Amino acid sequence: MMPIEVGTVLYAGAIGLVVVGIAGIVLSHHLFRIILALVIAEAGANLLLVLSGFRWEAIAPIITGGDAVQTMVDPVPQAMVLTSIVIGVGVQALALSLTLRAYGAYKTLDIRELQRRMSADLAGEAGTPLPQSLEEPVGGRPLPAAEGDGR
Amino acid sequence: MRNLAALVFVGGLAFLLLVIFNQFDFAQAPMVVGQGILMDAPDRVGAANIVTAVVLGYRGIDTLGEISILFAASAAAGLVLGRRRTDARRDPPGGFILRSGVALLFPLMLVVGFYIILHGHLTPGGGFQGGVILAAAFFLPLLARPETPVNHAGLSIVEGGAGAVFILTGLAALLQGGEFLQPLLDNGVLGELVSAGTLPLLYLAVGLKVGAELAGLMARLADVEVDEP
Repeated sequence: MMPIEVGTVLYAGAIGLVVVGIAGIVLSHHLFRIILALVIAEAGANLLLVLSGFRWEAIAPIITGGDAVQTMVDPVPQAMVLTSIVIGVGVQALALSLTLRAYGAYKTLDIRELQRRMSADLAGEAGTPLPQSLEEPVGGRPLPAAEGDGR
Repeated sequence: MRNLAALVFVGGLAFLLLVIFNQFDFAQAPMVVGQGILMDAPDRVGAANIVTAVVLGYRGIDTLGEISILFAASAAAGLVLGRRRTDARRDPPGGFILRSGVALLFPLMLVVGFYIILHGHLTPGGGFQGGVILAAAFFLPLLARPETPVNHAGLSIVEGGAGAVFILTGLAALLQGGEFLQPLLDNGVLGELVSAGTLPLLYLAVGLKVGAELAGLMARLADVEVDEP
């Protein structure tokens, strides 16, 4: 059996985190779980960035002693990830506050239930019946009627 | 059906990423820009921590953009969460252990936060990391005593002042005939606390700004009214 390389394991871990996060975003129906999945995907993306600057036998890009000629890892991805983490926190806080407001208004965090209540709310405000499908919105299409329209 | 489509999408994404990263040899990064910066930074910027040299020296204007994103996120969260009703029920105060722990930890976290900010150009750390520690330090008393009023006006003044210092430093470089946000002053001796020109000042501004923003954000999130069940 071929021995597994360290690099393969690290890349697989980082890509796995991204994939698990994206899967969580598209598969879950709970708003808070979607935010948590976003956090996981973000961690995976940051890990991928840092890994891309890794080198064997290299030290962190900080000059400590006199021997400045020692090989160092790439400082550019580290600088990017450093700021991206803090921005991630800000974006998560914004998502969380929007979620809190949605819960305050509709008392649910399930996105299907949330969509149903929101469209019922909108239809009630506009005084129209509930929309039956996305292809045929209530009130007809705001397009000029063509010659020989079949409808 | 929807789940099946989602699974196909996720599988495709995994395949795509694996194919892309299969083409890179692990730990054999070409590092064209990185190598140039490693060679150039110690003499030109004078910061022992080269990541700091990249964040504030080579990519200073990107950092300005990043703190603006953080500002936009925190302002939008404040807008969405709004003001608290004055008659809303508060969380009960924390227990004895939490209150004593906060009294013990608060000064220590302040010191550690400012240490990490001020040594950002010498050791691992800097304005972003130290700012988050400062924000956590100011959030702790709010956990122990939720009824403590938060001085949002003061936080805004710190935030705006720090942002103004960052931009004014950049404009000062412009006035002296350099590029926007070009490091000014003398580089000093590599590895000393007062070195690397204006980089420590810029990182102090970033740290105060990040700290004030995140502290205000967490205070607002903790302040959301709890409806009676």
